[in-house]
Amino acid sequence: MTTPAPASSRRPLWARVPVISHLRQSIGLQRGMLIVGLVLTGLFLLTALLAPALAPYGFAQLRGPDGAFGATQPPSAEHLLGTTQGGYDVLSRLIWGSRTALLVIVVAVVASILIGVALGLISGYFGGWLDRVLVVIADAIYAFPSLLLAIVLAIVISGGQSSMWGGILAAALSITVIFIPQYLRVTRAEVIRIKSEAFVESARVVGASHARIMIRHVLRNSTRTLPLILTLNASEAILTLAGLGFLGFGIEPTAAAEWGYDLNKAVADVSSGVWWTAVFPGTAIVLVVLGLTLVGESLNDLSDPRLRKRAVGAEPVEDLLDPAHATQEASA
Amino acid sequence: MTEIVEIRDLAVTFATDHGPVRAVDGVSLAVQPGEVLAVVGESGSGKTVTAKSILGLLPETATVRGAVIVRGRDDAAAGGGSSAGGGPADGADVVTMSASRLRKLRGRDAAMVFQEPSTSLNPVFTVGWQIAEGLRAHGKMSKQEAREKAIDIMRRVGIPDPETRVDHYPHQFSGGQKQRIVIAQALALDPGVIVADEPTTALDVTVQAEILDLLRRCRDEFGAAIVLITHNMGVVADLADRVAVMYQGKLVEQAPVRELFANPQEPYTQQLLAAVPRIGEGLARAEERASRRPAGWEDQAPVVEARDLRIVYPGRFRQPDFVAVDGVSFAIRPGEVLGLVGESGSGKTTIGRAMAGLTRVSGGSFDVLGVEMAGARERDIRPIRPRIGFVFQDPATSFNPLLTIAQCVAEPLVVNGRFGSAEGARARVDELLEAVQLPASYGDRYPHELSGGQRQRASLARALALDPELLIADEPTSALDVSVQARVLDLFDELHRELGFAALFISHDLAVVDMLADRIAVLHRGRLVEEGTGASVLGAPSDPYTQRLLASLPVPDPVEQAARRAEWEALRG
Repeated sequence: MTTPAPASSRRPLWARVPVISHLRQSIGLQRGMLIVGLVLTGLFLLTALLAPALAPYGFAQLRGPDGAFGATQPPSAEHLLGTTQGGYDVLSRLIWGSRTALLVIVVAVVASILIGVALGLISGYFGGWLDRVLVVIADAIYAFPSLLLAIVLAIVISGGQSSMWGGILAAALSITVIFIPQYLRVTRAEVIRIKSEAFVESARVVGASHARIMIRHVLRNSTRTLPLILTLNASEAILTLAGLGFLGFGIEPTAAAEWGYDLNKAVADVSSGVWWTAVFPGTAIVLVVLGLTLVGESLNDLSDPRLRKRAVGAEPVEDLLDPAHATQEASA
Repeated sequence: MTEIVEIRDLAVTFATDHGPVRAVDGVSLAVQPGEVLAVVGESGSGKTVTAKSILGLLPETATVRGAVIVRGRDDAAAGGGSSAGGGPADGADVVTMSASRLRKLRGRDAAMVFQEPSTSLNPVFTVGWQIAEGLRAHGKMSKQEAREKAIDIMRRVGIPDPETRVDHYPHQFSGGQKQRIVIAQALALDPGVIVADEPTTALDVTVQAEILDLLRRCRDEFGAAIVLITHNMGVVADLADRVAVMYQGKLVEQAPVRELFANPQEPYTQQLLAAVPRIGEGLARAEERASRRPAGWEDQAPVVEARDLRIVYPGRFRQPDFVAVDGVSFAIRPGEVLGLVGESGSGKTTIGRAMAGLTRVSGGSFDVLGVEMAGARERDIRPIRPRIGFVFQDPATSFNPLLTIAQCVAEPLVVNGRFGSAEGARARVDELLEAVQLPASYGDRYPHELSGGQRQRASLARALALDPELLIADEPTSALDVSVQARVLDLFDELHRELGFAALFISHDLAVVDMLADRIAVLHRGRLVEEGTGASVLGAPSDPYTQRLLASLPVPDPVEQAARRAEWEALRG
């Protein structure tokens, strides 16, 4: 009998969580990229969660105890990053804006994962005409320019109104529609692969129902690549939101802070030497997208054993293949 | 004459996610010019890694220590003269060699034949181009010359009509012919040594015999030494001059082939040889089983009965339909084991799948446990599912990787409502695991934490969970090592004795089927060519195909195999 795998291969639960397990496996440049990505993403999440505590003013606040802030004030002690054309505090809107971005990401990603994975599972498992129809629709959506589709949906959903939740939902749902085909395609491809595996057939042979096979055997085995698309989609969601805001389909400044909208309003400032209204929201978008993309790309490389770098050159500490053999040797 | 390859104290370590792993540990080997050295061992014994190190083909994650000296054919003959390529007189160490020198060495001094011929040829180039590629990489040769050389070498490896075939693509050749072309590629530059990594494992027995014959000619006519990596002791007995046995990265024993088979020194070698199934061993078992049967057993209604069974896979894009099973009739009576033997494409797996309701029956009648499978719908089949157990070929993929072994084994119990949950079924699962000789604690492990043999035993436990009347085993041991296979087969026999299920045992290996089956059915291209007891089918085969199948099966005994080879050559004409 060959010796069983060492008990140490069962790592504790926390070490098997996707991102953490990836971090533990990583090394060198790959690890650096992942850490930079995680730090940027972590900062973004913290800012969003602690916005009320961090922001010196409200996102729609125009006057403090000493009267109005004044328009396009340069950075100063009261307004660390200056004020905008409309007289808002740039830093406050920057911090509150992360909240809007996070909400849009969460709503968009959750909705598109739920719908996309469910459709992909059904489409891949049953096949036939339903599969063909769903794939054609998904391809058709792929063919649309995503921003155009988002604009159309934003108009349909919010009807031009832009309250905070109306704006967030409009942005999130329009992004959802663009992302569903991605999740559908990825899940469907995995499901088709898993469906022909022997363990699925063995479930069929013992008489398991379709629902049981789909949920217990197929679904859990076909979600491996989702964390990766999730992070990449999150960064795309931010860009779409900012694009919508920049084009004027975003959220009114009194309803919520939104980076794309601020950038739009800052266009005119740049030529008049007012740099702080454009640079800071722009940098925020770039850093968040960079952080999320770095996490996504690193996860992609680390999940693939062929791309993953490992420490080379070390000698084995002990004979991992056969502990019994090693002890024999030691006693000999 | 000096050694053509000399491996001195080779140690290879791989960097893995779980830290460095030693794959080869202190192996020293030498290959003489024009000899066949067989390196045998089970999976994970380091035989492939050792052989690949001769060509410097190890992946980046490997760290190599020791020396691998490869001498050109001329060097070895001259006892260390100057090499044509300008290498040092005493050969060159592959371990420390630069990449460009390594490229010069590959193909010219040492070549490789891979296991799977269909993936080692590039599908978008003609075979002639692929043979010529190696020639042109090593010497200044015009296209025309290279083409002529390719035609010549193809003729010498036995490809008929090489002048036209040289322009054909790999998919236009059969599996055996593709392997011939791979060997032709290896022979093109007349290398001193050819490393053949399981060259016949992916091939059918009758084709294997022909490829072994060709490899023998590589040695006799081309004068090449061959390092043959294999786990098949029959192949070793047929072809090898000398055998090196490896176990867990170490060289256990090294001896000339007849000496090793007749008088193995090390306990591991003895155990390995004892585990190899031999035809004829099953006869006593079958007789013993027959004697235990109650009177009137012969007249019992069969559990499975096929009459003119026909299974057709519809062709696509106006291609003709593929007839996988064509007019097959057989019956399995209660408690009987029917062995179904055939080469790839013979339809044996299709019959097994149809019996379990996984493949649609196209014609004839197929009565399984009282349900007519021809035209049956899922609803009709479901009631008999609990009465059928199925053991799949590859134990690695037949378990859901996210469930523990206990959960997997409990699945049939839960699905069929015997227990509410996997936890509730645990007592029964432990019982089942014990029945297949696995400790109950293994139930908490995940499938990847078990070895292949352990997994296949768990698979047997799952198939037997509902105490089925009928068990279908589709090549249950073909993915396992010989010694593991022997234990799984013994277990199968024992369980069959205790539980008395009827079984369809599908295998390509005559010796394995012989050990277990009461009756043997031989399939050839979808047709049943011969059926009968083991003694009659294997002892006195009447069908020419069965005769050929038996004759081409290499016997794990070099003396006997030499006699059989002569017989086979006579049969082939």
